[in-house]
Amino acid sequence: MTKLLSARALTYVVLTAGLVAWLAPFAWMVLGSFKTQDEIFADPPTWWPQSPTGGNFTRWLTELNFGTFFTNSLVVAVITVLGNLLFCSMVGYALAKMDFAGKRILLGVVLVTIMVPGVVTFVPLFVIVAKMGILDSYAALVLPFLTQPVGVFLMRQFMLDIPDSLLEAARIDGASELRIFTRIVLPLCGPALATLGILTFLGSWNNFLWPLVASQTEEMYTLPVALSLYSTGQYATDYGTLLAGAVLIITPILALFVSLQRYFVQGIATMGLK
Amino acid sequence: MRASHDVRARRAGGANSERRRRQTLIAWLFTAPFVVVFAVFMILPIASSIGFSFTDMTAQDIQSPFNVDFVGFEQYANVLSDPEFQNAAWVTALFVIVGIPVTVALGLGLALALNSGIRRLRPIYRVAFYAPVVTSVVAVSVIWRYILARDGLLNMVLALVGVEGPDWLNSTTWALPSLILMAVWRNTGTLMIIFLAGLQAIPTDVREAAEMDGAGRWRRLRSVTLPLLRPTMLLGSVLISVGYLQFFEEAFVMTQGGPLSSTLSMTYYTFNTFGFGDFAKASAASYIMFVVIAAVSILQFRLLRRST
Repeated sequence: MTKLLSARALTYVVLTAGLVAWLAPFAWMVLGSFKTQDEIFADPPTWWPQSPTGGNFTRWLTELNFGTFFTNSLVVAVITVLGNLLFCSMVGYALAKMDFAGKRILLGVVLVTIMVPGVVTFVPLFVIVAKMGILDSYAALVLPFLTQPVGVFLMRQFMLDIPDSLLEAARIDGASELRIFTRIVLPLCGPALATLGILTFLGSWNNFLWPLVASQTEEMYTLPVALSLYSTGQYATDYGTLLAGAVLIITPILALFVSLQRYFVQGIATMGLK
Repeated sequence: MRASHDVRARRAGGANSERRRRQTLIAWLFTAPFVVVFAVFMILPIASSIGFSFTDMTAQDIQSPFNVDFVGFEQYANVLSDPEFQNAAWVTALFVIVGIPVTVALGLGLALALNSGIRRLRPIYRVAFYAPVVTSVVAVSVIWRYILARDGLLNMVLALVGVEGPDWLNSTTWALPSLILMAVWRNTGTLMIIFLAGLQAIPTDVREAAEMDGAGRWRRLRSVTLPLLRPTMLLGSVLISVGYLQFFEEAFVMTQGGPLSSTLSMTYYTFNTFGFGDFAKASAASYIMFVVIAAVSILQFRLLRRST
């Protein structure tokens, strides 16, 4: 009994030590974001901000175009999410509940392209988008991500479990497929739509390689692109500003995660890593 | 007799095929928006990526992508014989070969600890260990660059125990291990969740039977839990390795691939080649990566199918 108790106590100790180590980078980020530039380079270094300042945050709002970057990130993420919810569920419905010529091929192509990583397509994507004349626009940032094969797969898998009898009954009553889709199928897909929406938002908010390639002027930078370019450019040593930027990118998504963690966790197995 | 049967079958088939034709039309209407976006922004790029990789296309050819010369496998030869690419392949391989076992071991340890009957703080541990997964790699790279600076948090903590840490990110020895450390920190949560699900899927009677047979904790872990968890572990590690194979943002923000290309990954190499305007060579490099990733993904798909 005592042995069991002590094993459990040890587990708690190790887990708590791990937890402290795991959260330390976030704590260090928040502490640093309130330090002045002098204090960040102070020798000996300080743990706690000696004269806390909000200057690093106001710099983002005044000197750096935080409003623009934030709006860009948000607009791109919201449109991407809406597009995915609508289009992926429409395809998912066709693949799960309709019998049609070409279905197997479509499903096969969707499954195969799930595996194609962004690094393979970004060069020709750049050429295509440049050719279309939409480089450095919302269209360039949104269109390539407006649907994703993995979203189609997620919706199809969920819709397979909707009983056919339900749909047949509606069909016999003369309901159109569009009506069945919007009135019966979609309302039943709440959990899948929530998972898809949240994971798409997360992917878009944190997306980097394509926005970096597709945006040419500050007007179109998303938050990660702006932060990365500042961190390797003119603000490379201004850690107060950089850390405040990190706080501004991370906080919304962490808040979203903590309040909706059920859906985040559900989606991992289905969507894998992004 | 036979003939009339055929006629009946054909008539029924006629009604069916009429219905099927209607369904086909409706189904393709439902999929139309997806198909258009997918064709232009996914299929076309995949196809042109192969196309480009066999030409001498550069940034100057954007306006007339068809006005380029066919050069066969020359770009692939260029990439594979480029010492910078060979170095990038080595760096990426190290990142994966060192990073995966560490991430898997930590994720497994956490999952086992959280599954060992502790109830009280479990949701808090789960949220805390998973939190880094949802964060932007760029943002956390900024934080870690600050932590790993010469006077950063890590060296402050090391100084408390009397160790003088190196200048992590400016050392050819320590820069890559530093990036691996951050990747482990950011990805362990994913494996923890996957492994927890796997552990909870192990029927309790299997474990109880082993317990009745007098197997101790350690013995049960080694002979019952781990073998049953193997498919989940394989799946989890393949899932993570696809991400690790493409690592880029960490290096872009923390080291710019340096010092002396010691953190220049394959994605970084492709990105740089693209940046120099050498689109054909970049496409060839990305296709080489694709083959590697596809091989790993096919493995993942097979594992998935076997485990479900």
